[in-house]
Amino acid sequence: MRERDVPQEGNATLAGHRKAVYAVADDGRVRLVASRGWEVEEIVTRQAVQDLERLAREARERALAGLTSPLEVHMYRARMDLALLSQTTGLWRWRIRRHFRPQVFARLPPALRRRYADALGLSLEALGRID
Amino acid sequence: MASLLRHHGLPMSEAMTFGLASAIFFAYLPFMRINGLPLVAYRVAPRGIIRRLNRDLDLGMRFEKFSSPAQGSRRLDELLDASQLVGLQTSVFWLPYFPPDLRFHFNAHNLLVYGRDGDEYLVSDPVAETVVRCARADLEKARFAKGMLAPKGLLYYATGKPTPPDWAKLGKRALARAAGTMLRTPLPFVGTHGIALLAWQVGRLPNDDHARMYVGNIVRMQEEIGTGGAGFRFLYASFLQELATITGYKALDGLAVQLVEIGDRWREFALASARMIRGRDAFDARALAARLRALGDDEKQFFRELDAAQLAWAC
Repeated sequence: MRERDVPQEGNATLAGHRKAVYAVADDGRVRLVASRGWEVEEIVTRQAVQDLERLAREARERALAGLTSPLEVHMYRARMDLALLSQTTGLWRWRIRRHFRPQVFARLPPALRRRYADALGLSLEALGRID
Repeated sequence: MASLLRHHGLPMSEAMTFGLASAIFFAYLPFMRINGLPLVAYRVAPRGIIRRLNRDLDLGMRFEKFSSPAQGSRRLDELLDASQLVGLQTSVFWLPYFPPDLRFHFNAHNLLVYGRDGDEYLVSDPVAETVVRCARADLEKARFAKGMLAPKGLLYYATGKPTPPDWAKLGKRALARAAGTMLRTPLPFVGTHGIALLAWQVGRLPNDDHARMYVGNIVRMQEEIGTGGAGFRFLYASFLQELATITGYKALDGLAVQLVEIGDRWREFALASARMIRGRDAFDARALAARLRALGDDEKQFFRELDAAQLAWAC
């Protein structure tokens, strides 16, 4: 990549940050150049973010219909999946899956709620809510 | 890493540290999944880079892990009070200064802490252009994130005084190591074999949403992490040029030019993939697989020549 070909397309996912990339200068040496982002990166990052957002949205609809608990919604909002939430909380997956049932979640003891809230970076009160 | 060395009185460029650690790499790890998508690595993990440099340059590096966040923070404060520069392994998801769209649960992000101001740490992070501040609670969460490659609070610092090395000897060894890993690792998913395996996997993808996610994931691993996969190729090319200048071994200049071309080819692969993901071109898994296969062949050719150049280097 030549120095003048370094993309400056303004990747929105960088949120205004600039990124250092290596490129070939006119004298043939490779050196560092600041880039404002490449569209390709933006496309693939967006794709990944949108997929996570879709999971969160679908979980939210199910939660509003009473088919799942707020826990599943918050899990996807924290960009986690079942495997990661299981490792973060130290709870078995089947237990977490059980806590996805609204009736079970409603009776969850405070200690377990605390554990989920800490793992997801939420307050106790926010864990029980979906907005 | 380069700044850590500079702090200890051995000025060295980022490219030089990258190259001396033989950090150029490829691995396709279908059994390690993040959100259901396989891990593709284009360089050695930062831990590996540090370990190798530690051995070659005699840094007296110490690594510490902690069983509880409180212990980890206490030790970090102690080291900072003794004006040590401390490296940390963290999860990007919990770092507040990260752009929100880039905050995934990715645990192998390394940064340097060089001071403390009350309950805020002064952090030098490759992602940010300037120094950033990070609150204690956030940093604690980032250091003790769980999941794949969990950092467990890992911190590291140098205790020795590095001496200026014999560049030719170290350089030759680093080249041999890089070529060896890329060409002769007896595992099908590492090195140039790994690229071929990934090409085969991509070639079998059906035309559906999962396939788009899969290809997107490869490109994301390539371009987004650090300076990116193609970026690491350029970085290594920069190292070859620097080494050629320091040691006067001119054959490396030609190799650097080749590697820059390979890096460009990786970028073309990323561009072609992105266009298909966006639907500007029809999704064609075979075409992408063919590009990857060609890249695998090019890298194989390149590392063979690198190996030959290294063997012919009398020093």
